[in-house]
Amino acid sequence: MEIDFKHKQAAHCENGVVANLMTYNGFTVSEPMVFGIGSGLLFTYIPFLKVNHAPVVSYRAMPGIIFTRFATRVGIKIKREKFRNVQTAKARLDENLQRNNPVGLQVGVYNLPYFPDEYRFHFNAHNMVVYGKKDGLYLISDPVMETVTSLTEKELEKVRFAKGAFAPKGHIYYPTSFPEQLQLEKAIIRGIKHTCRDMLAPVPVVGVKGIRKIAQLIRKWPKSKGVKIANHYLGQIVRMQEEIGTGGGGFRYIYAAFLQEAGKLLNNNQLLELSKEMTLIGDQWRDFAVEASRIYKNRSNSVAVDQYDHVATLLEDIANKEEVFFKKLKKAI
Amino acid sequence: MTLGMKKNEVPQDKSNLESANFKELCYAVDENGEYTTELSTGWSPKTIALNNAIEALNERISASKQRVIDLKVSPLEYYMELHKMDLPILASYVGIWKWRVKRHFRPAVFKSLNNKTLQKYADVFDITIEELQRTDL
Repeated sequence: MEIDFKHKQAAHCENGVVANLMTYNGFTVSEPMVFGIGSGLLFTYIPFLKVNHAPVVSYRAMPGIIFTRFATRVGIKIKREKFRNVQTAKARLDENLQRNNPVGLQVGVYNLPYFPDEYRFHFNAHNMVVYGKKDGLYLISDPVMETVTSLTEKELEKVRFAKGAFAPKGHIYYPTSFPEQLQLEKAIIRGIKHTCRDMLAPVPVVGVKGIRKIAQLIRKWPKSKGVKIANHYLGQIVRMQEEIGTGGGGFRYIYAAFLQEAGKLLNNNQLLELSKEMTLIGDQWRDFAVEASRIYKNRSNSVAVDQYDHVATLLEDIANKEEVFFKKLKKAI
Repeated sequence: MTLGMKKNEVPQDKSNLESANFKELCYAVDENGEYTTELSTGWSPKTIALNNAIEALNERISASKQRVIDLKVSPLEYYMELHKMDLPILASYVGIWKWRVKRHFRPAVFKSLNNKTLQKYADVFDITIEELQRTDL
């Protein structure tokens, strides 16, 4: 069976799945709107954890939470299920497709055959929609891809039961009930307030303080870890910021797009102005990436320490701008 | 003052995405300052970062390969690196405690493993037990 499902490419997989499932159910919402209402924007440094042998920073809220918050705030209900047993997981998926219900799945990226080899890492918080089954193949709408694709039963089972951090355990989810009309206005305000609270949180590794923490670490790394490792770490930060999914500038452009849409919807000119400001901050993140890449592009061991200080200063400047920005944003709504 | 990344400024650099005919979606503003999206083939600062990460990975793989040939570690470590895994990920795939997996990296301990345990590892790496045991990589 094949469900008449409209695939629309998105920057980020989770927003994309939500936006596409909403559209299927007759509610058109944009990717930035999902991201903004779900308070997706964040900055966190996760101490003690290493991925690909480098420290972890994240520019977004925890996997899954964007949809959960979005759902509560606009008044839809979601059903989520995880499985221990591979057969039950498959049976539940097939039942839903049988009922013409397209579902979201959390999967691991490492065994996704349609991803370029270089992008296949053990990352388990990817999201996709399954919208049918034809000739033994599952029909897949992966929001970061331009077009739809398909996976065999075995391939899908492998990615649904990937192991490691954030193991999906066959995680399946779909909306089950909707309000008559989406109340976006209130949801937008709640979403914005939450993001302001996160970004200004009095926690040393979160939000604006987290950015400052990373800047501090960047100054230290060449001395404490040596240039080679410092460059590997720096490269990892830029990848988290810019790799597939962020829409550019560590989600800052998507957030600016959200503020623009929200400003129009709420007739709030301040939000329109703040959207422009966020775009400029996004540009600063891009500049940071460019300057950082100047350091790690030569892999020799002789990088002047002041270059690290320079990019650290750029980050501190961003932190200052974002601090002012989120204080203003809090007042604007 | 120019503002933001313009639609026509979205970078279209050569990247690893090309081989898979893959383009990613970026957010940018049009000439009226309205947000819109544009596909990008890639951007050098991150392509360099990705290539470095892959190079670092390959260095780890070949260093591990040498250790296996020198009989300093068991082939398990090499296959772990080859599959871009680290200890927690491998342990989670085979369902064996981390400290035990780490012990299995010792050639003498690896030699004494029974077929059931070897099969678990072989399944994860998608090879046969015979292939897993070879040290002439």
